[in-house]
Amino acid sequence: MTGLAVVLHQFRFDQKVFWRNPAAVFFTAALPLIFLFMLATLFANNEISGLNVKGATYYVPAIISLAVISATTVKLATNLPAEREAGQLKRVRGTPLPPAAFVAGRVGNSLVISVIMVALVSVIGALVYGVTIPTHTMPAMLVTVAVGAFCFSCLGFALAAVIPTAEAAPAVTNATVLPLYFLSGVFIPQNEIPDGVLNFADAFPIRHFFEAMFTAWDPNTTGAGFEWGHLGIVAAWGLFGLVVAVRFFRWEPRR
Amino acid sequence: MADSVISVQGLRKSYDDFEAVKGIDLEVTAGEIFAFLGPNGAGKTTTVEILEGYRPRNGGEVSVLGVDPQRADRSWRNRVGFVLQECRLVPELTPREAVEQYAGYYAHPRDVDDTVNLVGLADKADVRTSKLSGGQQRRLDVALALIGDPELLFLDEPTTGFDPSARRQAWDVIGGLRDLGKTVFLTTHYMDEAQALADRVAIIASGRIVATGSPESLVDRGLPQTEIRFRLPQGVAASELPAALATAARVDAGLVTMNVADPVPALRELTTWAGDRGVGLPGLTVGSPSLEDVYLQLTERGDGAEAPE
Repeated sequence: MTGLAVVLHQFRFDQKVFWRNPAAVFFTAALPLIFLFMLATLFANNEISGLNVKGATYYVPAIISLAVISATTVKLATNLPAEREAGQLKRVRGTPLPPAAFVAGRVGNSLVISVIMVALVSVIGALVYGVTIPTHTMPAMLVTVAVGAFCFSCLGFALAAVIPTAEAAPAVTNATVLPLYFLSGVFIPQNEIPDGVLNFADAFPIRHFFEAMFTAWDPNTTGAGFEWGHLGIVAAWGLFGLVVAVRFFRWEPRR
Repeated sequence: MADSVISVQGLRKSYDDFEAVKGIDLEVTAGEIFAFLGPNGAGKTTTVEILEGYRPRNGGEVSVLGVDPQRADRSWRNRVGFVLQECRLVPELTPREAVEQYAGYYAHPRDVDDTVNLVGLADKADVRTSKLSGGQQRRLDVALALIGDPELLFLDEPTTGFDPSARRQAWDVIGGLRDLGKTVFLTTHYMDEAQALADRVAIIASGRIVATGSPESLVDRGLPQTEIRFRLPQGVAASELPAALATAARVDAGLVTMNVADPVPALRELTTWAGDRGVGLPGLTVGSPSLEDVYLQLTERGDGAEAPE
């Protein structure tokens, strides 16, 4: 097979494996929707002061950010150490499948799940909570999703590279992302969060990804809604993740 | 040598200050089933992982299919198949799908259905691999190693943990690889497995090759032809055995094993001794020594330091 054909071949099987695993589908696809229903229902009509939007309009981009990170960083950083420990990565490494094709299949898998989740959250936001789907800022939203999915996939490989065992993987991953969801305004509206905390969250990529996503959904946005500054910081984190992954990723179980 | 598939000279590998492999030589020729035996910690897995290209070495020359496995590339991996010691299958796929997935990695794969049939999984081809027994999963593992139609297969302890009937089925599959013209490098610590399958055997102990040859030649070379076994009669100590035989006897947990060149005088001596004392010789058997006896004799030569594997 040629390079692209083998990537598509690998991607097809990654998709099959994902949709057949009920636990994976629940944590990656269903859990973000449960958060959406909870948060958007509880705070549907609360005005988010300072931003001049309703709660539902705030939480749709927030949960889209969470869903993309779940489909990329969280999924990769929990699955890959388990597959490494089971000897599956070592076995694949012994075949002619180029490592880059394996990685591309996984990133493609995460990207497609991300896009499906973005579509689901957007449609539910529009139909159930009357949130307006972006029109003139749609290109900005799609670019934000693409940049985020790539960069948070790189960070997933980086985390998988430094996490030693399958047992540690969910704990380390959740201990990394969950506090940042709270501090970055994904769970709690940012007007409730002290400035000092937001400044701390600004050191990490989740806050910047969410800010770029929020601008694309904010009805008060006047221009095209591209947040190049925030996206640049997300991209820098992705590049950092790529370097860590290339340097430290291992295919064989540790003994 | 034109038909040499694996050629190893003076291979060395150390972990920190522990020398796991202390300069070994191996030759495996095309079309043979070669069994690599040794106790845990003898350097067996280290050697195999070097041959498979997973581990760098500290010294020596290694050529596998004419390529140094340290510089293994995609075309080399197209010619080699692996069954690793420990590898869980993907539980969400069926055997047919798992084989299809691996078929896509190779330049000239075998037919998927043929390969599933070859390992005896035709009637399980469309159930999830999580529903297969341990023996069936291992046979699927062999199918995954075979699908690329490799010239050389590495099978690392392919039947560890199997019940006897699953082992027989796996042996049938591995024996069948010979008919396909494959070269097989088999790692095992079951002597009967090596005896049943292998054309040639190498035994490694404490990082050194202690014997190579056909299973029959090792048995011939290692020990005198006839083996007499019995349990020590109740109330009789090993030191009370007839002096002429005591030197040839090994006593292990009350089981006496003696290897003798000529069984007739030895048996006469033994039965006379037993008759005089009025004791029996429970479980008395007279037969040929097995590869296991040779193996135990060769690998038990008092080497203390064992590496964790």
